[in-house]
Amino acid sequence: MNQWKNFSKGLLKENAVFVLILGMCPTLGVTTSATNGLGMGLATTFVLIMSNLVVSLVKNLIPDKVRIPAFIVIIAAFVTVVELVMKGYVPALFDALGLFIPLIVVNCVVLGRAEAFASKNTVWSSIVDGAGMGIGFTMALTILGAVRELLGSGAFFGMKLISGDGLLLFILPPGAFLALGYLIVLANMIKEKTS
Amino acid sequence: MQYILIIIAAVFVSNIVLNQFLGICPFIGVSSKVETAIGMTGAVTFVMVIATLVTYLIYYSVLVPLDIVYMRTITFILVIASLVQLVEIILKKISPPLYQALGIFLPLITTNCAVLGVAVLAVQKDFSLLESVFYATGNALGFGLALITFSGIREQLDLLNVPKRLKGVPIAFIVAGLMALAFMGFAGMV
Repeated sequence: MNQWKNFSKGLLKENAVFVLILGMCPTLGVTTSATNGLGMGLATTFVLIMSNLVVSLVKNLIPDKVRIPAFIVIIAAFVTVVELVMKGYVPALFDALGLFIPLIVVNCVVLGRAEAFASKNTVWSSIVDGAGMGIGFTMALTILGAVRELLGSGAFFGMKLISGDGLLLFILPPGAFLALGYLIVLANMIKEKTS
Repeated sequence: MQYILIIIAAVFVSNIVLNQFLGICPFIGVSSKVETAIGMTGAVTFVMVIATLVTYLIYYSVLVPLDIVYMRTITFILVIASLVQLVEIILKKISPPLYQALGIFLPLITTNCAVLGVAVLAVQKDFSLLESVFYATGNALGFGLALITFSGIREQLDLLNVPKRLKGVPIAFIVAGLMALAFMGFAGMV
């Protein structure tokens, strides 16, 4: 398979957030700022690449019946690694993301790629697929975070651009749903234009 | 009284779906019909309460004494996954009608982050055993309230003339946003 195609499908055509509507909980929950979105996206990308790698390596060793629990254990192991590393090196981000770090385990994107892609493809393709999906997910979260941060507090990655308070609504839960709804419309329009 | 407050807080004030963003996948995925929303709520309630109870007991009787709290995520997800299987097998045996109603939703619940989320939150908040059971019940009811109301709105939405670009998922998110706004009115109640 063409590896560039394999990589780039995760960016827009099969973007996990805007097109497949997967992994909604962290998408809505942590994107109060662009930094949080980026941090969450990178943590998920790491787990995606590593779990895709391991799943594609052991795919022939796991009996079909117990494959889902086995995948979940592999994913959970990498999530624990991320949890411990983030707690040690970026405690502020760790506190901001809170509950959503252990919840990477149940992110449908990660299990979905393990089941739908890594368990059927070669190691190298699986890594590329994980990277593409992960970067697409990171982009989506960063964009949503940036939009909410800009509208909600007039800042971009923590830098104040507009003085004043901004529309508090976009930092609060309802703003997450509204912003994501309109971003999906926008992503669909871009997708139609490019294809 | 404190137990009633826990339930009210979980259902209305910090609603699990609309305020804490847990369980959004089933909230968007299985909310096109009221009937399926009710089935999903039943299955989630069942699993959430049992899972919180079991993970609570395992956390305090195994993980804490052995000082391996960092194994929490792996342990909890394994417990939930096997519990879902167990519930499925037991239901099939003792209550076929209930299994018929909830069966198709059960496999989906393993990756429902609301179940793992509530189990983790219950131990993070230092609840007692009884408090965490009430907390799980309240959250399950809150999930049901949000999901069933939302599916009712979406059924009506199908009959309306929605702009082409907004059809389907985007309008669902906008409706959810307005619902979240409405639920913010409960803030400060408890």
